[in-house]
Amino acid sequence: MNRLELFTDLLRNRTAALGLCLIAGIVAVALAGPALAPYDPLVPAPLDRLQPPSAQHLFGTDSLGRDILSRVIHGSRLSLLIGIISVTISLVPGTVLGLLAGYFGDPLDSIIMRVMDVLLAFPAVLLAIFITAILGPSLPNTMIAVGIVYIPHYARIVRSNVLSLKQQLFVQAIRHLGGSHARVILLHILPNTFAPIIVYATLGMGTAVLQAAALGFLGLGAQPPQPEWGAMLSEGRQYIQMAPHVAGFPGLAILLLVLGFNLFGDGLRDVLDPSLRSR
Amino acid sequence: MRKWCVLLTLLVSLCPGLAGAADQPVTGGTLIWGRGGDSVSLDLAQATDGESIKAGIQIYENLVKFGDNSMDIEPQLATSWEVSEDGLTWTFHLRKGVTFHDGTPFNAQAVYDSFARVIDENHPFHSYGKWAYLSLSLGMVKEVKVVDDYTVQLVTKKPYAPLLNNLALWLCPIVSPKAMAEYKDQIGMHPVGTGPFKFVKWVKDDQIVLERNENYWGDKAKVDRIILKSIPEPSARLMALQSGTVDIADDLDPDSIALVKKDPNLEVIEKPSINIGYLALNTEKPALKDVRVRQAIAHAIDKDTLIKAIFQGLAIPAKNPFAPTIWGYNDEIQPYAYDPQKAKKLLEEAGFDFSTELELWAMPVSRAYMPEPVKTAELIQAYLAAVGMKAKIVRYDWGTYLKKTANGEHDMCMLGWLGGNADPDNFLYGLLSADTAVTPGAANVALWKNAEFTELVKQAQKIFDKEERAKLYKKAQEIFHREVPWVPLAHSTIVRCYNKKLHDVPLRPNGLNSFQMVWKEK
Amino acid sequence: MPWRYVGRRLLQLAVILFGVSVLVFLMLRLIPGDPAQLLLGEYATPAELEQLRHKLGLDRSLAVQYWVYVKSALQGDMGVSIRTGAPVFQEIAPRLIATVELSLAAMVIATLFGVGAGVVSAVRQYSVWDYLTMFLALVGVSMPIFWLGLMLIYLLSVKYPLFPMMGRLSMGLDIPVVTGLVLVDALLSFRPDVLWDGLHHLILPAFTLATIPMAVVARITRSSMLEVLDQDYVRTARAKGMDEWVVILRHGLRNAMLPVVTVLGLNLGLLLSGAVLTETIFSWPGLGRYVVDSLMGRDYAAVQGCILIFAVIMTLINLLVDLVYVVLDPRIRIHE
Repeated sequence: MNRLELFTDLLRNRTAALGLCLIAGIVAVALAGPALAPYDPLVPAPLDRLQPPSAQHLFGTDSLGRDILSRVIHGSRLSLLIGIISVTISLVPGTVLGLLAGYFGDPLDSIIMRVMDVLLAFPAVLLAIFITAILGPSLPNTMIAVGIVYIPHYARIVRSNVLSLKQQLFVQAIRHLGGSHARVILLHILPNTFAPIIVYATLGMGTAVLQAAALGFLGLGAQPPQPEWGAMLSEGRQYIQMAPHVAGFPGLAILLLVLGFNLFGDGLRDVLDPSLRSR
Repeated sequence: MRKWCVLLTLLVSLCPGLAGAADQPVTGGTLIWGRGGDSVSLDLAQATDGESIKAGIQIYENLVKFGDNSMDIEPQLATSWEVSEDGLTWTFHLRKGVTFHDGTPFNAQAVYDSFARVIDENHPFHSYGKWAYLSLSLGMVKEVKVVDDYTVQLVTKKPYAPLLNNLALWLCPIVSPKAMAEYKDQIGMHPVGTGPFKFVKWVKDDQIVLERNENYWGDKAKVDRIILKSIPEPSARLMALQSGTVDIADDLDPDSIALVKKDPNLEVIEKPSINIGYLALNTEKPALKDVRVRQAIAHAIDKDTLIKAIFQGLAIPAKNPFAPTIWGYNDEIQPYAYDPQKAKKLLEEAGFDFSTELELWAMPVSRAYMPEPVKTAELIQAYLAAVGMKAKIVRYDWGTYLKKTANGEHDMCMLGWLGGNADPDNFLYGLLSADTAVTPGAANVALWKNAEFTELVKQAQKIFDKEERAKLYKKAQEIFHREVPWVPLAHSTIVRCYNKKLHDVPLRPNGLNSFQMVWKEK
Repeated sequence: MPWRYVGRRLLQLAVILFGVSVLVFLMLRLIPGDPAQLLLGEYATPAELEQLRHKLGLDRSLAVQYWVYVKSALQGDMGVSIRTGAPVFQEIAPRLIATVELSLAAMVIATLFGVGAGVVSAVRQYSVWDYLTMFLALVGVSMPIFWLGLMLIYLLSVKYPLFPMMGRLSMGLDIPVVTGLVLVDALLSFRPDVLWDGLHHLILPAFTLATIPMAVVARITRSSMLEVLDQDYVRTARAKGMDEWVVILRHGLRNAMLPVVTVLGLNLGLLLSGAVLTETIFSWPGLGRYVVDSLMGRDYAAVQGCILIFAVIMTLINLLVDLVYVVLDPRIRIHE
């Protein structure tokens, strides 16, 4: 399948198209950021606090009187960054480990996979909490923590793909013809694992955003006054009665972004590899 | 549906004329008390957290107590006491006819065991606990003597006037000797005291159930039971109060309290506190060494707005290191006015380098003296930015925060003091003298070492006349004001939020009360 | 039953648990923050701190501390909670049962609604119902669950007070504790009122916790059903003129359950994760909340105990899922 075909297939797939629209919309907002935001997202106006949505403040104001719309707009950058960086942090080592384990087999396989099993034996939120607690609460550390937590997932997926690829005739033929390990891995196995990885990574962006929001909710994520959506939502829970918009809009923003990633990932899966559908 | 019925009955019962006379105390009912967390240990001599203390003081009594609504000392298990000429030996005459909840009689031996286990390493119960906060409890006591069945003597290491205040604190409960022998180091799970309520059961992280002590020596408790319910999420606690699921809700944030005030079914009582929340400026950091920079920071912060927006008015602005509810407060001091222009001028005069980024440390937990630490920090950050100072908010977990600030690693940090035993010495010597500015473990987190100030407060410790002491303290406050080691921010108001069905709800300036006399409408 | 396989998996379990024990131990000590300082708060003097550290054994070398921990753990002693002084096992047991109750309830909800929605979606593929369910399923996995919990409390407990907002039972209701599972104990003591009350309390938190697995189960059931309904034997059954729903349920669903079982098993682990947040929001006295509190309070022994229990449960469930797989479908051989 060439690239153009892939793209048109994606656009024809309604799920993927809708997801792409959502993501593109949020990326556009993130890029336009300061130009779109009507107010400074960081400067408090304590006397205008907790204003309901109005013409002046479309999304209302938060407990320090900051414009929530402006904060949500600026926060989109942070959330996209969280998604991209955390996924990269899990993707790269996860793929490498999975390749090594699957290709070389035991004993390397057992060692790597047991270590992955140990990490998987922790509930994800707890492991992330542990890591942020060790590193200290901050946005970069949240990304690292969320990234590390999902390394084993990538390792497992890549490994099982490598295992089945290894059995395939063309790989064995290349080996017989004298191709080096590195050549076989890099040129023949790795490219063939891309499809499942891309699908998983897209879905993983959404998971990462949610996971980071959970850390923010527990006070371990982004530090004030950064307008990170999870932290904003966490702050807003206190005002759920008197000013539901404080938690409402950041929550909605998270929902839309994660939904975008999930829709797109779903569509991507259908297009790239229909056999993966049952995952 | 059921909830609606409850609500309806509630409304009906609130209509005057329909409800039974609201000023006639009735006995019975269950008081449900929603709070932020579970207790840790119900052995109060070991308790260092508020959730343990508020449950424990329903069960235990001390030799003396603070008044129900004040911090004045009143008799409790001791009926009278006297001090020897040399000020070293205190003799307490004990109340007769009191028994513990397990039937053990209360006598001098019980007092001996309760106190000696803390201070005497050879006492058989000593190894059953970790005895912290000795400076606030029995640290000054050298020896406990049983004179006869109903007389004990405490001998102090040196003349120590605040001893009675310490004995009234939660840290000096009288515990059943039989229970201590039986439960050993598990006594914190099985509290047995003499108080108006006795312990029934404890479901961890969920509830503690207490029941009226029918054999209580004084006025018996009005309600049958108290259930202390842990509700960690503050918004859930508020909703529980509004829906009538709980009768009292603790530690609500100021915005929620504002809602409670508007609710016709709910009541809020307020009391000026003895606490202080402050911004300590590390005087050893080069950027903050110059007093003009510190004064500029004091001018830059608009305390009135801060109190209005973040404390929702439930505080008074602070200008001194302790609250006006404590004697010795210097009311003649003129606070630094909010004046960004002047702040800028002072900074320029001091040659402040506007490119430096200072660290502003924000507490990770809320305390009565600092209900919204993060928002307070965000606001202070904005005020500093308005005069050109760059500040970065830094947070650590609470344990690390305390350790690092006591080590002087911060530039500016937020902290406070709940008030200890309500003596000015507690604040001035304890938190600001050169003696306590030694790292690691400095309580004076401004690391402010002012010889004149330290001399004054140390001199005051040796004087027993209150008036004379007050004079020295007032002078010390002038030095504090001039030198600005802290920007004192606010003295928060202590509040209690409860359902109007409750009556005779007490409130002490430190917020810790026995609910013996509280009664609930049917 | 492949006993050798089970044996090898159990051996792996031991290796994993050993790894978890080392990792937890090291991570806990890497976290800055001194348990003694946390315990004594802002009024502690350095001498008091030193004394407490000694008493807690925190001044000993890491190797010695680890040795003490492993030695007693092997004897079944998980140590003593730093914060409360009570044995960790005693602290964990009742909370674990509370969490199990919540997770099981969530599992039941997820299975019933997830499978139901999935089957209908598959049967009426490309209908409005199908699109709507699958879209909602996606929304379900895209929502922060703490946010959903808060909204549910706000709407269904405060605004329209249909459900209690917290806890396991109404205040004042009391039943003898036999199993610790409220519903079971209520049945055992013949208390329909308590049973009803317990159920009433369980619904909101269990539903919140069930959202994600429900969505996942619905999707997997749908795709699995679609595959099965396309098989020859189903077509044959239809051709024979059997009742449509009998075909769907007897021939379709039964054979489509395999992947669903796997997903359900794997999601039990996710539930434990979700319990951390759900329990906080609904004031549910379970293990998820406890482990976070213990971690924040640097209660080493308590955290170690909880994590080990989580790890045992998760790995055992994985093993169980694999075995169920083998039992349900003898065609599947165990590879490797």
